[in-house]
Amino acid sequence: MGGLRTAGDLVARMQLTRRMRLPEAKAAVADRLGVEPGDLSDPVVMWDVRRELGLGTIPTEDTATTADALAIEAKHTIAAVLDLPVRSVEAFAERTARRGRAGA
Amino acid sequence: MDSVIPTRMGDGSLVRMSRSGIEAEVRDGTEAAARRAKVEPLDEGELGHLVDIFASPSRFTAVDIGDEVVLTSDGVGSQDVGSRINDLQNYEQTVCTDTVELYHHDYSFKPIKPVLPFEQATMRRAQLLLTIPCNYGAMPDLGRYTEPDGPVPNWSRLLPLGRIDDARAAQEAAVELAVDDIVYVAEGMYEAGADGINLDTAGAAGDADFLAALRAIERIRAKYPDWGIQIGMASEFVLGMHGELEYEGVRLAGLWPEAQMRLAAQAGASVFGPAVNVNTGKSVAWNVARACTIVKPCSRAAEIPVHMNGGMGVGGVPMHALPPVDAVSRASRACVDVLRLDGL
Repeated sequence: MGGLRTAGDLVARMQLTRRMRLPEAKAAVADRLGVEPGDLSDPVVMWDVRRELGLGTIPTEDTATTADALAIEAKHTIAAVLDLPVRSVEAFAERTARRGRAGA
Repeated sequence: MDSVIPTRMGDGSLVRMSRSGIEAEVRDGTEAAARRAKVEPLDEGELGHLVDIFASPSRFTAVDIGDEVVLTSDGVGSQDVGSRINDLQNYEQTVCTDTVELYHHDYSFKPIKPVLPFEQATMRRAQLLLTIPCNYGAMPDLGRYTEPDGPVPNWSRLLPLGRIDDARAAQEAAVELAVDDIVYVAEGMYEAGADGINLDTAGAAGDADFLAALRAIERIRAKYPDWGIQIGMASEFVLGMHGELEYEGVRLAGLWPEAQMRLAAQAGASVFGPAVNVNTGKSVAWNVARACTIVKPCSRAAEIPVHMNGGMGVGGVPMHALPPVDAVSRASRACVDVLRLDGL
């Protein structure tokens, strides 16, 4: 679908986590993002949507600024916006909470 | 003009055919599949669409805008340039795939077990740097458990001696060992932050290999209800190396993709990947028609996403280390259009 250029990674997460077939997964992601399913593979539409919602973009100087969420930062937002568990985000939270308790 | 349409054979070599020749290939391919797998041949509309795709002389073809599907993989990157994490980043940021998969050169669960801490460390670093889902993949690869390298008797040596019961007992012992190893690696990857686990080339050693994959999936799903679990098959038909093994009352030997998918879904898989082997002596058009015919009952009946295997020697893609893009794009588009796939 185009991965980070579009919403391919988000639809893939719906399939992997919710076991949704493609039409259902596209509809679910589109609903969450407030776009049409056909927009999910359009890099021009998704460029704005991803940056506005903090869903991550290609992390080069041509496509991202310091204000853009990237990688693990973006995955925190993806988990919240799509309302699905992202294992690396959970693990990140577990590790940082543990350190927070130790420093308290 | 009609006699000079460039097209490909299953070994990747370029040949030229007329449109009527391509149509004959497509019809022969679907009829061969229908006879072999005891399924319905493709209908006239589907056959006509395949002919249109393969009668085009264009270098590349693709699905209609809006019909794009998700791409998953059995490992990404060459592991020859930079680090394995660089491979994953390149696929995310340059190739722009929808998912990536971290893998070890020795792509089987058994050899990964002793190096799991190193694999976990790589996965953990990768997860900090990637936005798209990153799975971990390997093969059940039941043959790894046989003598002289493994602990159980080698059924490939026992069967020619007529020691059927011993061969079956060896396979059953190997299943138990493989399931433990697959689950062990999956648990480690879950802890490291992986988005899912891929059991690739399942059934490569026959029905016992497929049983190990199903039982492992069942245990992984019971422990992690929301985690990604992908299974990709080794071939179109489960070989009966044991012959009597069952999963949930279904005999595994001889299963075709629809029945394979039903058991994978029952075990708890998130994504099922059917595999149909390529006949290198036939055209890509013939192979694609055959593959679509075999997988159509599977994709129509699926309750979980179906990501058909499309790569060197499966799914109509030529059996060559550098499969030509004209053939890859035609095979991919044809399978997505005809089968209404959820991914590749």
